[in-house]
Amino acid sequence: MSAYTKPIPVITPEMRPFYDAAKRHELVVQHCSGCGAHRFPARGICSHCLSPESSWVKVSGEGEVFSFNVMHQIYHPGFATEVPYAVVVVKLAEGAKITSNLVGVKPHDITIGMPVRVMFEDIIEHVTLPKFRSVE
Amino acid sequence: MRLKSATAIAGLGITKQGKVYEHNQVGFAIEAIKLALDDAGLTRADLDGVLLNPGLSWTDGGMGAFGLQQAMGLHNLRLAHTMNAGGATAGAMIHQAVEAIATGMATTVACVFSDAPLKPPAPKAEGKSSGSAAAYAFGRGLEAAYGQFGVNAMYALVAQRHMHLYGTTNDHLGAIAVAERQWANKNPQAQFYDTPMTLDDYRRSRWIVEPFRLFDCCLVSNGGVAVIVTSAERARDLKRPPVYIWGMGQGHPGGDPSETLTSGAPLAKEQAFTMAGITLGDIDVVELYDCYTFTVLVCLEDYGFCKKGEGGPFAADGKLAPGGALPVNTGGGQLSSFYMWGMTPVSEGVIQIRGDGGARQVPDAKVALVSGNGGILSTHSTLVLANEP
Ligand SMILES: [Zn+2]
Repeated sequence: MSAYTKPIPVITPEMRPFYDAAKRHELVVQHCSGCGAHRFPARGICSHCLSPESSWVKVSGEGEVFSFNVMHQIYHPGFATEVPYAVVVVKLAEGAKITSNLVGVKPHDITIGMPVRVMFEDIIEHVTLPKFRSVE
Repeated sequence: MRLKSATAIAGLGITKQGKVYEHNQVGFAIEAIKLALDDAGLTRADLDGVLLNPGLSWTDGGMGAFGLQQAMGLHNLRLAHTMNAGGATAGAMIHQAVEAIATGMATTVACVFSDAPLKPPAPKAEGKSSGSAAAYAFGRGLEAAYGQFGVNAMYALVAQRHMHLYGTTNDHLGAIAVAERQWANKNPQAQFYDTPMTLDDYRRSRWIVEPFRLFDCCLVSNGGVAVIVTSAERARDLKRPPVYIWGMGQGHPGGDPSETLTSGAPLAKEQAFTMAGITLGDIDVVELYDCYTFTVLVCLEDYGFCKKGEGGPFAADGKLAPGGALPVNTGGGQLSSFYMWGMTPVSEGVIQIRGDGGARQVPDAKVALVSGNGGILSTHSTLVLANEP
């Protein structure tokens, strides 16, 4: 396997539970103890009810494409051989949204509302990225 | 306190725009203010307020307006702020100036935007410029890992939803780009002066981030723009005809723009139109914040020129272009003229109301709607400018 050349996310303390779970091939999001809303990415205070109390919970990994774009411009050399590629926003069944990529679907075959399910890509030893597959 | 026509824009300064390198961002700000003071027939000793909207190249943070003050030798200011409400900042600066003048806290305020993000062409190729640290830093770490970089990509996600829900097409967006280019062709200060573009040219332009092509995105520009705001009474004694500020408003909806597909315009409009005592039918010329063709489309809907979702077909028949029923972005806007954030629509509003538009002048333009929009539809400002009190 050749060296990984795309940007590697910085694992901040507040996002560590997400990366730890991804390593186990589980998808977790924050769950507000105040109002029960699921949210992502990590935020210290709920923007719906302003509660500071939350926990990380495992979610189904099921969702649908909420929106997407197709990147043609090369902003980082790690993507130079991949353009055009799509970035998707997945709305999870639990309500939170997550930015990701769709694996195995050509950019122009993506549609909003397409049902998807999470899968995991171990990019380097200590980082795994949740990505999604079409379940149509 | 009656604010309608209490104040006026008395001076306008626009530096050279685009690939111009004679100043850095501070120099462009000073030159813009000087030009605006000359235009009004004032000197810097008349200024007791300066408000700065720093562009991306201002890196000295909170010292922006004070750094500018030092560099320009402005003394005895009673009002000095660095302001940032994204693309709504120009309107917000003018609001603050109006409030200060109307309450007697200041008499003459310069509002300025400048930026110098472009560097002169290097003598030798420096290798690949893609993947610069700046581009990478723009994305949040996790989003960058998926290849999501920059503001283009974020607006594209919102535009894609609009297309999905309402059937908006690339040709709808293209019609906006073409209309603005037609205006720019008549504006000697525009970067695309006398450079025609057809819808086919638009369709052939390269993709940046689908659904946006090159001509859906604003121009990156070096330069500066300033206006001088003073009391209406004082403005009447100055060199140029006053551009009265009839109404102003801001609206910052927050939330997720890809859910609502609505800007802060409805909120900002309500305040501004009530103050001005106008309805849409009173407006002769429309200057919208066009960081993308798509933001023009959304704002046409949000101001009520058409219903939500109908912006595409509304824009597609040429009514925004010269000679059309609704003149929009009459200087070529940020897409085809220059990108000075909210100062682009402000400056064109002033030019039209003064009747200074030359070949692009809208006949009998008495009332202008000037709009600012930023933060991916999350900040908004509205101004109503007019040629009489
Ligand atoms: Zn909550």
